[in-house]
Amino acid sequence: MRYAMAIDTKKCVGCSDCVVACQTENNVPIGFCRDWVVESTDGSYPQLVLENRSERCNHCENSPCVRCCPTGASHYEEGGIVTVTKQDCIGCSACIQSCPYDARYTHPEGYVDKCTFCIQLVTKGQKPACVDVCPTKCMYFGDLDNPNSEVSLILARRKHKTLIPEAGTNPQVYFLI
Amino acid sequence: MKRREFIKISSIGLGGIALASSLYKWAPSDIFGQFLNDEVDEDTERIPTYCEICFWKCAGWIHKTADGRIKKITGNVDDPNCNGRLCPRGTGGVGMYYDEDRLTKPLIRTSDRGKDTFREASWDEALDYIAKRMREIADKYGPECTALFTHGSGGKYFGHLLNAFGSDNIGAPSYAQCRGPREVAFFTTFGSTIGSPEPTDIRDTKCLVLIGSHLGENMHNSQVQEMSDAIDHGASIITVDPRFSIAASKSKYWLPIKPATDIALLLSWIHVIIMEELYDKDYVAKRCHGFEELKQHVKDFTPEWAYGITTLEPQLIRDAAYEMAAAAPAVIVHPGRHVTWYGDDTQRMRAVAILNALLGSWGRRGGFFNPEIKHLPKYPAPPYPKPGKSWRDAFPGKFPLADSVLANGLCDATIPAPDRDCSFRTWIVNGTNLIETLPNRANTLKAIEELDLLVVIDTMPMEITGYADVVLPECTYIERYDEIREATQREGTLALRMPAAEPAGDSKPAYWMARELAIRLGLGDFFPHEKIEDLLDWQLNQVGSSLEEMQKIGVKKFKREYDDLYMRDSDEVTFNTNTGKIELYSTELANNGFDPMPVYTPHPEPPAGFYRLNYGRAPMHTFTRTSNNPNLTDLMDENTVWVNPKVAASWGLENDQYVKLQNQDGIISDFAVKVRVTERIRHDSVYMVHGFGHSNTRLSRAHGRGASDSQLITNVMVDPIMGGTGMRGNFVTFITNFEEA
Repeated sequence: MRYAMAIDTKKCVGCSDCVVACQTENNVPIGFCRDWVVESTDGSYPQLVLENRSERCNHCENSPCVRCCPTGASHYEEGGIVTVTKQDCIGCSACIQSCPYDARYTHPEGYVDKCTFCIQLVTKGQKPACVDVCPTKCMYFGDLDNPNSEVSLILARRKHKTLIPEAGTNPQVYFLI
Repeated sequence: MKRREFIKISSIGLGGIALASSLYKWAPSDIFGQFLNDEVDEDTERIPTYCEICFWKCAGWIHKTADGRIKKITGNVDDPNCNGRLCPRGTGGVGMYYDEDRLTKPLIRTSDRGKDTFREASWDEALDYIAKRMREIADKYGPECTALFTHGSGGKYFGHLLNAFGSDNIGAPSYAQCRGPREVAFFTTFGSTIGSPEPTDIRDTKCLVLIGSHLGENMHNSQVQEMSDAIDHGASIITVDPRFSIAASKSKYWLPIKPATDIALLLSWIHVIIMEELYDKDYVAKRCHGFEELKQHVKDFTPEWAYGITTLEPQLIRDAAYEMAAAAPAVIVHPGRHVTWYGDDTQRMRAVAILNALLGSWGRRGGFFNPEIKHLPKYPAPPYPKPGKSWRDAFPGKFPLADSVLANGLCDATIPAPDRDCSFRTWIVNGTNLIETLPNRANTLKAIEELDLLVVIDTMPMEITGYADVVLPECTYIERYDEIREATQREGTLALRMPAAEPAGDSKPAYWMARELAIRLGLGDFFPHEKIEDLLDWQLNQVGSSLEEMQKIGVKKFKREYDDLYMRDSDEVTFNTNTGKIELYSTELANNGFDPMPVYTPHPEPPAGFYRLNYGRAPMHTFTRTSNNPNLTDLMDENTVWVNPKVAASWGLENDQYVKLQNQDGIISDFAVKVRVTERIRHDSVYMVHGFGHSNTRLSRAHGRGASDSQLITNVMVDPIMGGTGMRGNFVTFITNFEEA
């Protein structure tokens, strides 16, 4: 089992619905977020290209945040989901410093919080809230070890990239380009 | 003009229908996105609703935990307006309920209008006061001197009350400040208005043409979803916009047009389509009126002619026309939504309608479908008294084709004029923040000064509440029943909204308020049901459902009565126009003394150092309605003014610098706005998201954040055909030295 997500930049309109759905599903306090939208523009008027990306923890196979956690609070769950056990987290923020994607934040209650791929939903066979809500249906989620999963099929069909591959983290969130 | 109707189709033989429909089946091209979470978490119940954050009214579920917390709102998978996926505003609807700045007590004004000084009152006192004043004013001037401005579900009940009282002056800014010109243009062309949601068959289109429409930034939910499906299917998008919108970024052709020249582009497209014989010859011959007149009319409007006006390369204009023609009839030249731009908007929308007619897209798969709506019967009520006069009497001979009440007309007719025997004396304003919604704020304030009674019903302390004599606090959609939602879609649906929580504080639903007022006005017979539940149940029983059933399912679908989603080539169709045909040459416009075919006229351009003020939407906000919502302000809590880098350099402006804006009439924005230096905008215009720059200090998150485009819209170009208020002829310059507020 290897959970992964693919996000179609050709369809994303950058509406941030994924951010709100995550906040309400996971009780993320207002002012914080586990996912966010990046809009990047290149060129000069009128020769322009724009890419929208819904970004979050990349659930890296080689996660610097898990490696550097002094208490073992940051760890891998089944399927490679990276989570933080909040009772074990001392809030030292070493993981925040180590993450190349700036995907973690310190919760007002003192522990570090981040995207969990909505583990409470996916272990029940449901989709993460962001994937489920997206009005453009630009997000795909599933098991890369299953060649017939949505995410395997779309990655086989479409050109894609990951963010900062040179960091060597082997991210599991893919962007269709 | 005849009453509005949708496409009338008389089919030849039933056998043909059954056969033809199977030919239209679209092969499912992918397996993705078919299965959605449709479950409820443990210790949670879900209650049906439909969203009130915008006019799309998507149906969904409110998820409420065992301890009474409203946890989240999700879409109803059976609802064609959302297909189980709410947009960010719908998902963030939780914030409307939890907003701590909400109105929770009836308020009565204690000093001058606009000073926002009130005392709390009981419902009895507030309602008795309103009823007494309404009656006194009506006795003196007639009930017709009462006007209702409304936006949203509660308007149904206040409208019923006003009609029962003897006035039909019920206006929504969504007509003359928004959609009106396209409704009149499509009616005069096809004998059918567009309506909402628009019956655009984006799902199956091969080419989507957007003219100033920023789909994706306006989250018209099912349309955004279908645009995404169309991208998956390989459809091409053509976007005409001076700004590199999100839709433009997804387009095969982006036409960065010089603002205010759209009619020239449209005429040149019509020229290419006709002169190069790219139009649908059979469709035009069989269904259209006035082709030869149109051909003669556009013969000189070459792309080269348009180039000099629009700054668009002739080859780009031609390529875009060829793209549309190749896709026809599965092509949509989208009618847009907010189309009140330059005062000749009905004519511009006529050009859009004509282009669709030439391409044969009206009534065709991938073009415009014939929408279905399931109507619930009205509960029998006494007949309304016939009003002796209406807002139209204030504008003799003007706006002959306006088919709805002009909200700005109600406002203008409130300011006394020597030749008018009565101006409006009472306003009831429900769910629309007129200070920000109507252009020319000074005019609105002048009208308000003339009023004898101003009642405002809202959930939030919007600017308009500050001018009210009485403020009635409405509970949010999460806390109330409302009328059953009927949606125009490919099939008929009904959706229920029911309360998931007790109303906060002393807030009440609109039905209760309207009924209590009716009783006090001696009009109780018009509201025989004490509980709205009984009314809804009666209505649902008439179509074989019940309130109990709807409480379980939220959305009920009804099969189309006839298999007429699209026209077939063999169908004999009588269109609801004077000639019974699609009118390329409009006899109705000609009869009323207007140009029967669109003509390009130049509009004023910004003076040196000024830039045209364009405005639009952000996907996470609905005008001013959401600007204090804690969940949505978390995504965007102020607007910015978009400035081209060359312009910024000439002014020495830097990204994130705050400036004030001053318009051509010397109006300076109350608040400073952040500069966004971006290549995505032309050098001759600036752009802002509408709905910010709130002046009411009771809006703790929205007050003073960003600038209000409405405040800077003082030049209003009124459409002589239907009275729409063109708002894009305002020019602004930057003030970099100002005192901090």
